[in-house]
Amino acid sequence: MSATATPLRSRRRPPSAAGASSLLLGHGRLPRVLAGTALAVLTAVWLLPFVWAVATSLQSEQDAASPGLSPVKGALTTEAYRHILERGNVTVWAFNSFLIAGLVTLITVVVSTLAAYGFSRGTFRGRRVLLALTLAAILVPPQMLIVPLFEQMLLFNLVDTYAAVILPQVVAPMMVFILRRFFDAVPRELEDAARVDGASELRVFLSVVLPLSRPIVAAVAIFVFIGAWNNFLWPFIVTNDPDLMTLPVGLATVKDAFGIQYAQSMASALLAALPLIVVFLFFQRRIVDSVATTGLGGS
Amino acid sequence: MTTTAPAGADAVSGPAPERTGGLRRRGLGRIGRRGGRTSHGPGLVFVLPFSLVFAVFLVWPILHGLWMSFTDSSLALRDTTFVGFDNYAEAFGDPDVWSSLGNTVVFTALSSVPLVLIALAMALLVHSGIAGQWVWRLAFFAPYLLPVTVVTLIWTWLYQPELGLANQFLDTLGVGPVGWLSDESVAMWSIAALTVWWTVGFNFLLYLAALQSLPSTSYEAAALDGAGAWRRLWSITLPQLRRTTALVAMLQILASLKVFDQIYILTKGGPNGSTRPVLEYVYDVGFTGYRLGYASAVSYLFFALVIVVSLVQLRLFRQED
Repeated sequence: MSATATPLRSRRRPPSAAGASSLLLGHGRLPRVLAGTALAVLTAVWLLPFVWAVATSLQSEQDAASPGLSPVKGALTTEAYRHILERGNVTVWAFNSFLIAGLVTLITVVVSTLAAYGFSRGTFRGRRVLLALTLAAILVPPQMLIVPLFEQMLLFNLVDTYAAVILPQVVAPMMVFILRRFFDAVPRELEDAARVDGASELRVFLSVVLPLSRPIVAAVAIFVFIGAWNNFLWPFIVTNDPDLMTLPVGLATVKDAFGIQYAQSMASALLAALPLIVVFLFFQRRIVDSVATTGLGGS
Repeated sequence: MTTTAPAGADAVSGPAPERTGGLRRRGLGRIGRRGGRTSHGPGLVFVLPFSLVFAVFLVWPILHGLWMSFTDSSLALRDTTFVGFDNYAEAFGDPDVWSSLGNTVVFTALSSVPLVLIALAMALLVHSGIAGQWVWRLAFFAPYLLPVTVVTLIWTWLYQPELGLANQFLDTLGVGPVGWLSDESVAMWSIAALTVWWTVGFNFLLYLAALQSLPSTSYEAAALDGAGAWRRLWSITLPQLRRTTALVAMLQILASLKVFDQIYILTKGGPNGSTRPVLEYVYDVGFTGYRLGYASAVSYLFFALVIVVSLVQLRLFRQED
């Protein structure tokens, strides 16, 4: 599937009721009503945990811990949020998460894009072997490497450093695969023209190839960022210093300390959820497209 | 390293001469005029940074882990000795290995089926074009953006025995409280439900992208034939989604086999080891029990399982074509 021409891109607005809808539902009334009801029920179920969490976070601890099915049991208050922010560690962890996910994304994108282009166009010796190894590595679950990787970090004396959290995450054979498939589909004529004009290989890559690849690079960056932001196991194993923890790891360590303080527990969860939800609201189309663009979707 | 060659000879013969033939002739003229040099294409230097991190943080750990699995390596001892296949022999006779592998398979079955079917249903419903696309997409995909700890914090509260939403709701129906995370026969179901809520959005987007790339001509023909909505779904849409379904199921099964995070945070594998997946057993043995060598051996057994599942799936996938 060509990576640039995704059907999702072309559709700026949701399809009108008469457009795509008739393809699946036809013109009958009953299918439309049934589908609408099913959609509403599913959406309500999916939103319910959020609604419940938000409601609880805006209660005093006493009200949050009183029984009842109504989500709001007493006066609304932002007390829980103030408690969490005053304690301060959530902001430290959020900073670490941004820093770590940002650097993982930057390094992964640079390293993978260069490699994918090299694998796609290069003629150097050993290219086939390196490529075969990279593709085979897609099958390796990173989780199985935690034990030897931890030993390696002990050896390098890197335990409890940003480097230890970041470096093992930048190896992304799947992203190299996705990018290489994109480069393979890009015609070479433009590059060759630039080469003929005497441009260096790096110059050809930066000023001819890269500008053409923006959508796929953005898609890869989005996926790597979400993955790194939410990564739990490796950062959890390699950091003990609370000042170096990411949001998921830090929250997990204090999760049980909330005890029966459900309002604070929900407030901390929602504060940690907020950054990526906001990012999603801004880049919704990009993120939705990127699933299709990376070629995972479509046929 | 860019490969350079003197102008004249075969200066611009790229990897695919038949494609660049036309340019080559024109190019040669220009190079001749300038008397400059030109290169063949990106050199090894482009793949060097990746190869470096690949070698250090992937190949090395794989080989080192393999070696460790044949030793009694421990976090507590500095000296390690080679023990041959002892770790593997022990693992095969270790009931905890088998029960955690069993739990992993049960979780994979419980989570993968709804994760494929509900995602498909969501995508079909959203694709039917009912107004409010933006809301549906946000509702279904947003949980996927949450870090695991946020998901478990919210669901610990929903599953809370006395005050949680789940039991409060059952209470109004007059049904006794359920130990969502404390009852051995229920806990894995509760974790699977949480996982479906959390990650279904990704599969939903895969299906949505596939649906939007389906050609509309067959629908028009069917509409002319007077086929109803149900007929069209069964005989046009679903058959065209078979490849996507195979892909989604494949990715989902591999992802589910790697479960660790949410289970570790929610139940630590309990009650009574009934939810402990194999990766948590690796963690427990290696980092709590300090037995890195044995943990590596169990990792490799898990790896073997993943490879077998991948190969079986690839075979099935090929047959589909």
